[in-house]
This record gives sequence, structure tokens and C-alpha cells, in this order.
Amino acid sequence: MKIITICGAGIGSSGILKVNAERVLGRLGVEAEVTAADIASVASVAADAQVILTSAEFVDRIGKTFADVIVIENFFDTAEISRKLEAALG
Amino acid sequence: MPLSQLPESAIDLGANAADWRAAVRLAGAALVESGSTNPGYADEMIRMIEEHGPYVVIAPGLALAHARPGSEVLADGLAVVTLATPVSFGHPHNDPVSVVLGLASTHAGVHLATIAELANIFNDSSAVSELAGATTAAEVRDILGIPA
Repeated sequence: MKIITICGAGIGSSGILKVNAERVLGRLGVEAEVTAADIASVASVAADAQVILTSAEFVDRIGKTFADVIVIENFFDTAEISRKLEAALG
Repeated sequence: MPLSQLPESAIDLGANAADWRAAVRLAGAALVESGSTNPGYADEMIRMIEEHGPYVVIAPGLALAHARPGSEVLADGLAVVTLATPVSFGHPHNDPVSVVLGLASTHAGVHLATIAELANIFNDSSAVSELAGATTAAEVRDILGIPA
């Protein structure tokens, strides 16, 4: 499973999402590679990703993708991240 | 370690900011004061938000202002600004903001290490309100677990 976290610079909030997504995935027992990236590189980085985690601002700019795009409101709320990831992963 | 120290000059408590740009500038000023960046870094942090929106408000009441590593960054550093009156960044869920963190990193790898440390701190949902209510630099260091 490949998961991409997206923000403006690819090193700030997407880094927080990456760290917390890895924590949640570990708890859920899901094997996944999580990569933080900036919005400018989303098309290439996320081409083969199953899930994209981001904030609402970036949804439109992610454009066409086969990945599930999940919007996280509170990047420190691992319960929110867990709930939304579980729903997406079925 | 990026969060190995938090000097007095990097902490600005109960500051007054008219709007989000002023709040980010306070974080920029603290990064300059503490020797982390040149003054131009504040402009870069503001440009990031103008370009990409208020996504830096990553949790209720908390903005993580930063720009990319670059020539304006002199040393890895963190600045903590708390606002006397919270300001709106235009975020759909997490406004108003009472705590602005300014983050400067020399390399993307360092940046991610710092971010991981911040995640450890702020995954405790009481950390933002505790920081917002801190009245001394010592309290801030205690909440963040970073020495002077």
C-alpha cells in the first residue's frame, strides 16, 4: 500500500500527517509506505498511490487521481486519521 | 537536534497581532532574534500561505508557519508566539489561532525530524491550550519538553 501526504512545501504539515498516519497504520496493523510530498509534485509522486491524505485546500489541485483523497481537519487527531483511513481501506 | 533548545528570544508570549500576516511576522521576528533566519524568511512564510491557503492551521488554534529550507535560513530553529487576541487565518475548522509556531530548517531531512517531535508533543490535544495560557518562557519549555 502506498500513501501520500500532501501540503504546500511537502515538509511541514504533510510531515505531521506522515508521522501520524504511520502511527495509526501501525496500530491498525496495515503495512504501508507513507511519503510526504508537495502539491507541485503530486501528479508524479501519487501516480501509483492508493490513498492521498491532505487538507481541504489542496483537494481541487490534486486533480485526476485513482487514489482515495482523504481530507484531515486536525492533523494531530490520530482518532480522526484512524477513522478516515479505516473507512477508506474498507 | 532541531528542538534541542528554545532560547528566550524565540518565545513571544501574549503578543498583539492585527491579523494573520502580523502574527506570522511575529514568528518571523522571533526566528531572526534567535539567530535562525534572516528577516526575509517571514515574507517566505507569508507567501506560502498566500499561495496555498490557510492549511498551516493544522489543529484547532495552532498554526505551523514555515517556508522551505533556503538561503534565508541560518540555523535550525523553532519560534513560539502566543497571541493576546486570537486571529483568523481563514481556516474552515481550526480558527481562531492563538498559538503560532515558526519553523526554520536548513535541510528537508532536519525539518521532518523536527516535525516528528512536534507531532509527539501536539498529539496531546491539551498542548495548544496550555501553550496559549503560558505566561513564562519556562512554562513553554516545560510544555514542549525543550531546554533553554
